[in-house]
Amino acid sequence: MNTPLRRVGLAMLGMIILLLANATYIQIFNADDYRKDYRNKRIALEEYSRERGKILVRNGNETLILATVQATNDRLRYLRQYTNGPLYAPVTGFYSTRYGAGGLEKAEDEILNGSDDRLFVRRLSDLITGRDPRGGNVELTINPAAQTAAYQAMEANGFKGSVVALDPKTGAILTMVSTPSYDPNQLAAHNGDAQEAAWKSYNENNPDKPMLNRAIAESYPPGSTFKLVVAAAALEDGKSKDDPVTATDSIKVGGSELRNYNRGYCDNSRTTVSMTTALALSCNTAFAQLAKDMGEDALIEQAADFGVGEDDLVVPTPVVQSCIGPKADSCMQLDDPNAIYQSAIGQRDVRLTPMQNAQIVATIANGGERMRPQLVKSILAPDLSKISDFDEDSLGSAMSSDSADQLRDMMVESEKRTGGNGKRSDLVIASKTGTAETGNDPKNTPPFAWYVAFAPADDPKIAVAVVVESQNVAATGGKLSAAVGRATINAALGGGS
Amino acid sequence: MGSPVQGAVNGPATGQSSASPESTASTRRGTELWLLGFAAFLVTGALMLVEANQEQALTSRIIWYGLAFLGLFGFAHAAVRKFAPYADPLILPCVAVLNGLGLVIIYRIDLALSERALQAGREFNDDVSKQILWTAVALAFMLAVLVLIKDHRTLTKYSYTFGLAGLVLLALPAVLPNVIAPTINGAKIWLRVGPFSIQPGEFSKVLLLVFFAAFLVSKRDLFMAAGRRVFGIDLPRARDLGPVLVAWAMSLGVLIFQKDLGTSLLFYGTILVMLYVATERGVWVGIGVTLFVGGAFVAYQLFTHVQQRVANWVDPLETYDDPGGGYQIAQGLFGLGTGGVGGTGLGAGRPDLVPLANTDFIVAAIGEELGFIGLAALLLIYTVLALRGMRSALAVRDTFGKLLGGGLSFLLVMQVFVVVGGVTKLIPMTGITAPFLSYGGSSLLANYILVALLLRISDAARRPQSGSRPRPVQQAPIAEAHTVMVERPT
Repeated sequence: MNTPLRRVGLAMLGMIILLLANATYIQIFNADDYRKDYRNKRIALEEYSRERGKILVRNGNETLILATVQATNDRLRYLRQYTNGPLYAPVTGFYSTRYGAGGLEKAEDEILNGSDDRLFVRRLSDLITGRDPRGGNVELTINPAAQTAAYQAMEANGFKGSVVALDPKTGAILTMVSTPSYDPNQLAAHNGDAQEAAWKSYNENNPDKPMLNRAIAESYPPGSTFKLVVAAAALEDGKSKDDPVTATDSIKVGGSELRNYNRGYCDNSRTTVSMTTALALSCNTAFAQLAKDMGEDALIEQAADFGVGEDDLVVPTPVVQSCIGPKADSCMQLDDPNAIYQSAIGQRDVRLTPMQNAQIVATIANGGERMRPQLVKSILAPDLSKISDFDEDSLGSAMSSDSADQLRDMMVESEKRTGGNGKRSDLVIASKTGTAETGNDPKNTPPFAWYVAFAPADDPKIAVAVVVESQNVAATGGKLSAAVGRATINAALGGGS
Repeated sequence: MGSPVQGAVNGPATGQSSASPESTASTRRGTELWLLGFAAFLVTGALMLVEANQEQALTSRIIWYGLAFLGLFGFAHAAVRKFAPYADPLILPCVAVLNGLGLVIIYRIDLALSERALQAGREFNDDVSKQILWTAVALAFMLAVLVLIKDHRTLTKYSYTFGLAGLVLLALPAVLPNVIAPTINGAKIWLRVGPFSIQPGEFSKVLLLVFFAAFLVSKRDLFMAAGRRVFGIDLPRARDLGPVLVAWAMSLGVLIFQKDLGTSLLFYGTILVMLYVATERGVWVGIGVTLFVGGAFVAYQLFTHVQQRVANWVDPLETYDDPGGGYQIAQGLFGLGTGGVGGTGLGAGRPDLVPLANTDFIVAAIGEELGFIGLAALLLIYTVLALRGMRSALAVRDTFGKLLGGGLSFLLVMQVFVVVGGVTKLIPMTGITAPFLSYGGSSLLANYILVALLLRISDAARRPQSGSRPRPVQQAPIAEAHTVMVERPT
């Protein structure tokens, strides 16, 4: 009987070895997948009890703390606190024990919670000196004055929409506003029920979608602002700003007709106008015909040079893809030979994020060179010593500087024709407005009002894109969003600069 | 493992002195006491870590707890010294470490749950004090078994009584009305007696095992007889299939009426192994596995709860949100993954996020806080325990002792395999307790009875024979060997 007993003994060893091998697989090879699964609350709970780093903005000698922690005496130990929560929510994101993190809190989580490799040496010294490890800090490129002005201009009018402003020369993000906004403080509360109540009020049956970051997570038909892309392609194609283009009242597109906004000839009864005038008067027929003549490849290529179609841009919060074609199947392809007419005036399937549209104007402002938009200025250790600094990053040339200069001149003319508040005699702005029709019944659905601009025209320091999801706007959006855009520009440039 | 590990037979030099039971060199009770002290040290250290990481005040109380633990097992040690002086010295210390670690983890999860209850304003009753009580009761049971059963062979006299009692206990929850036998977590295996809930199935495991060992030994010759030869395999005669079919039907019954996959698997596997050991014929294993595969297939087709378990096993993350889905297994895996190689440290993890963290999923708690290293160490302690049992079965002289010892040892490993395999997603989760670790009185009592029997068998294996010198196993002439040893392994 001993032989089978020995065999059973071996079988028992075999079973244990199987268990050990499987445990090795689960706990060593697969451990990271389980550890980082979004449904695993352990890491968040662990990190929540660590002193999370700050999110801050430095302006000269002034430091503005956007997010910090306050020590508490419960198990979680630290309460995340946001200064001016709703104003900066699209920038900071949120950090919740129950709902995880969003926005920059999520994108820079490893720095903020202190687990990033770059903080390794400091973690080690904390370990030796017996201090609780702390997270690193993130300094932002945000210009608080411009951010505040943009947010207030939107909120004061009850506008739903977004304002994005970039430094054209560096790509630094100066403003990222999304309204209506939410208060991340409420999601960071240690009381689970309060968190849940806030989360529900923001997300369930709330048509305002306050937690949607419209600057980077939503795309809109760009309307006439897309004529800048057509103009850029035409200038690159060898045309000049003074070359004549058609000003006719309608173009036959398949079975229907494409008309100008005023339903007549673009400029009184002239059959052709210069490209500058066409842009200033926002002639639909002119740019539709221009795009058709160049062919869709030229337009798509130009748009791609401006960054349309990129699906991997992070600032470091991810930016959703902007598209020319129907997004689902062919982001950068038109599905119909006649689609080019409507696409040229920013309708049909064309959809841009405010961040993308801001990139287009910033690129024009920067002589055609596109800079990668970045929100993080520097990464700081817990003791505020610098770990990494802002590193501007060129994404290539979208157009020649000569074409960019011509387009700038055209936009200066366009700004002269745009109404609305906030104009200053001492500041030359280059801009373009747009009103995008939406919905299945465009004539009766409120349009999206765009304003894209940069200033000062001769030495651009800020490029801005404003979109307002108008409530009941009859007029072209120009005036509405132009006022917001100019308020942002004026705040960024300060007094008489 | 075939090599003669120390302790199975006394060294030749001490052959004569082994006549006096007090001699430490021969009984190795000193080793046992020493190891028990080490176990108490480990458990006290674990408790200290929990207290430190949970930011409880570190007071001298902990030392007293450690000493009380040592006292409890010191008492058990004294009982073994008196009633089973030649028992294997590693068995009790292994049990002590497992039980002590279990108590620490249960206490640790109590702390987490009480804090949650505090936040939610609920009342909280801790489990650890009940488990300490159960430990004391279980040790008393172990003592009682050692005192009452002076020779394990006396068990054979009552084998049919045990068999009947085992069957009754097993069937009781399924038969009784829901008032006394409620369905908890989908399984109808509990009996509610006053303030206590007991799982009679835990006891019937041991009882039925004793019965099967005795039954198989008495009918051994029958099963050895060969039936027809088919494809070069000696098939057993049809009527000899009886015990296998009974075991199979019983396991299916448990599965169908009590929805208890784990116990079902445990019974079947253990009985099959005993049949193999008794008959020394691999064909039984073949037949058994075939029946198992058939039964498992039919059960899968018929029962949604079996299908659900399999789906949860294939991908618990996929069925995460389903009712009765992979949530629990996934939480266990998150814990194991978060623990990684070294673990978070005792008291520094979040094992309370896993439902049933102090019973079926206590292994996940250990894997999370002590890491792969801790889990591996735990498995090795179980291995040492089971192999010492197996060693005793090999060394004991009577066939009943061999079969019972082998069966009990295998039952232990099988339990570990089913519960750890289930938690680590090696096999579908079947929901049984981890021996000595998990919270639960019935399981603890039953496993202590199991250990008492192993101690008794190992005592018999190492006790010097009156009148004849213990002989080295390998060198014994065939003519002098006892009963079954006439069959040389081929």
